[in-house]
Amino acid sequence: MRETNRVRAMPDAPLLSAESLTKFYGPRLGCADVSFDLHEGEVLAVVGESGSGKSTLLSLLSTELAPSRGAVRYRMRDGSVRDLNALTEAERRFLLRTDWGFVRQDAREGLRMGVSAGANVGERLMAVGDRHYGRIRATALDWLGRVEIEAARIDDTPQSFSGGMRQRLQIARNLVTRPRLVFMDEPTSGLDVSVQARLLDLIRGLVAELGLAVVIVTHDLAVARLLSHRIMVMRQGRVIETGLTDQVLDDPREAYTQLLVSSVLAA
Amino acid sequence: MSAATGYSFAYLDEQTKRMIRRAILKAIAVPGYQVPFASREMPMPYGWGTGGVQVTASIIGPDDVLKVIDQGSDDTTNAVSIRKFFARTAGVATTTKTREATVIQTRHRIPEAKLGEHQILVYQVPIPEPLRFLEPRETETRRLHALADYGLMHVKLYEDIARHGHIATTYAYPAEVAGRYVMDPSPIPKFDNPKMDMCEALQLFGAGREKRIYAVPPCTRVRSLDFEDHPFTVQSFREPCALCAATGVYLDEVVLDDRGGRMFVCSDTDFCEERRADGHRGHLLGEAPAAIAGEAGDA
Ligand SMILES: Nc1ncnc2c1ncn2[C@@H]1O[C@H](COP(=O)(O)OP(=O)(O)OP(=O)(O)O)[C@@H](O)[C@H]1O
Ligand SMILES: [Mg+2]
Repeated sequence: MRETNRVRAMPDAPLLSAESLTKFYGPRLGCADVSFDLHEGEVLAVVGESGSGKSTLLSLLSTELAPSRGAVRYRMRDGSVRDLNALTEAERRFLLRTDWGFVRQDAREGLRMGVSAGANVGERLMAVGDRHYGRIRATALDWLGRVEIEAARIDDTPQSFSGGMRQRLQIARNLVTRPRLVFMDEPTSGLDVSVQARLLDLIRGLVAELGLAVVIVTHDLAVARLLSHRIMVMRQGRVIETGLTDQVLDDPREAYTQLLVSSVLAA
Repeated sequence: MSAATGYSFAYLDEQTKRMIRRAILKAIAVPGYQVPFASREMPMPYGWGTGGVQVTASIIGPDDVLKVIDQGSDDTTNAVSIRKFFARTAGVATTTKTREATVIQTRHRIPEAKLGEHQILVYQVPIPEPLRFLEPRETETRRLHALADYGLMHVKLYEDIARHGHIATTYAYPAEVAGRYVMDPSPIPKFDNPKMDMCEALQLFGAGREKRIYAVPPCTRVRSLDFEDHPFTVQSFREPCALCAATGVYLDEVVLDDRGGRMFVCSDTDFCEERRADGHRGHLLGEAPAAIAGEAGDA
């Protein structure tokens, strides 16, 4: 009986929990005391001005940086909850390329610019042991289609791709292993407006279709509005306001958030 | 100290040789793993086999018989000068016959004759890191080896097939050693890869400029990487050797004149000569220039 209850309770358990995450770069504060839960299929936007600690937080969540204080817990595919900083390097890497994705602002950091689009998408499959060329290529083609890249470009390197195409390729490369959680750091900035809109549509569609949990960093409140369920406003390394996206954006409590929202509307 | 030359036996001082032997022992203990060593200046430029020469110098003894080949041939300048170097500094006997040699230093080939447990094959290696092509950062390639994270190797093979319809890598074809480390077998033709598998001879690889030594112990599994639907295959040649009629061996193309005349002959000159001495005759044996047919040519 107890056992059944425990199993039933599982879907409600958070996928990821941040507990008092704090990072100092020497004496300088990166971020302080950030705590939140993220559930499966939930999209959390982290917004705030430049230097507010958004990227630092993302690096802590994705284990690229070790926290000065605090912890990140993650519910693995087998249901066990693990402290991410206690993972071995091999476990960490496996997680990063199976159950997680990371879409970078600069596609050159998230892609292998010297190899073809097909290989960029296929790499994760090969990394987890797929050794059938035909199957890898078919999967790559399927994913290129889903991110609206022509099949004919499969053997081209991303060097010859536009900014928007590179971002879409990055998304395909990350989603090919069906991750449950994707980190995105300003995925649409640096693109012009029409390209941005198309990319956002695509992301929104895939997130809904695949039931992805996402932590997306942006300083564009419109992006947060369009994609996220919840929002976290950061300033000087701290979370100053958090809540449902629509509520926070329509009825901000903190003076700083009010300023942020009004300045966006004014712009 | 060799009285004739004033050099230490085999040129290197004993302390250096001990250091290199330790690296070799470690390499044998961890098959396919690249062991760093403090590569010394040798009286020849990098790119001329300084890694192989240091390995040979560290393992050779007065009773050894040394053979040196370069692209299968005992007679190239490089092979001759390395052979002379050891004849002078170590006073060892040298040979061109694979069968007679106890230590064979090689650049770019494995002899055709099956090697035995009394033999050691020393490879000269220019670039020891098989992952270098896709991952230039040394810290990262080390981590990839440590985690046996070899997806990248297959990315390279994938690119080959995507571009050429088949795995176009024909030299320095990556192979997994003893089910663990992936190594670059040095620029031997992939034709030679199967010879490394379960080879009875000890195989040592020395990279001088890059300061790395690695090894395949005797009778160790060496598996060339591939895809299920694009399995590893070796080159095959349409005709037999024009001089000795051998088939199933690696052939070099030799241009005979400027009117498109050419022929295919064994790359392993010792193997070819031995076959001719045994009476095998290829279809161009009488016509080949002496420079190609060698001493055992048309006797
Ligand atoms: N590697 C580092 N070394 C020292 N200080 C750093 C480092 N990275 C970030 N910081 C500092 O930490 C604070 C938070 O930076 P972070 O990059 O997380 O902000 P951000 O919100 O992502 O800003 P942006 O919107 O400009 O990307 C800043 O004061 C920054 O200067
Ligand atoms: Mg940032």
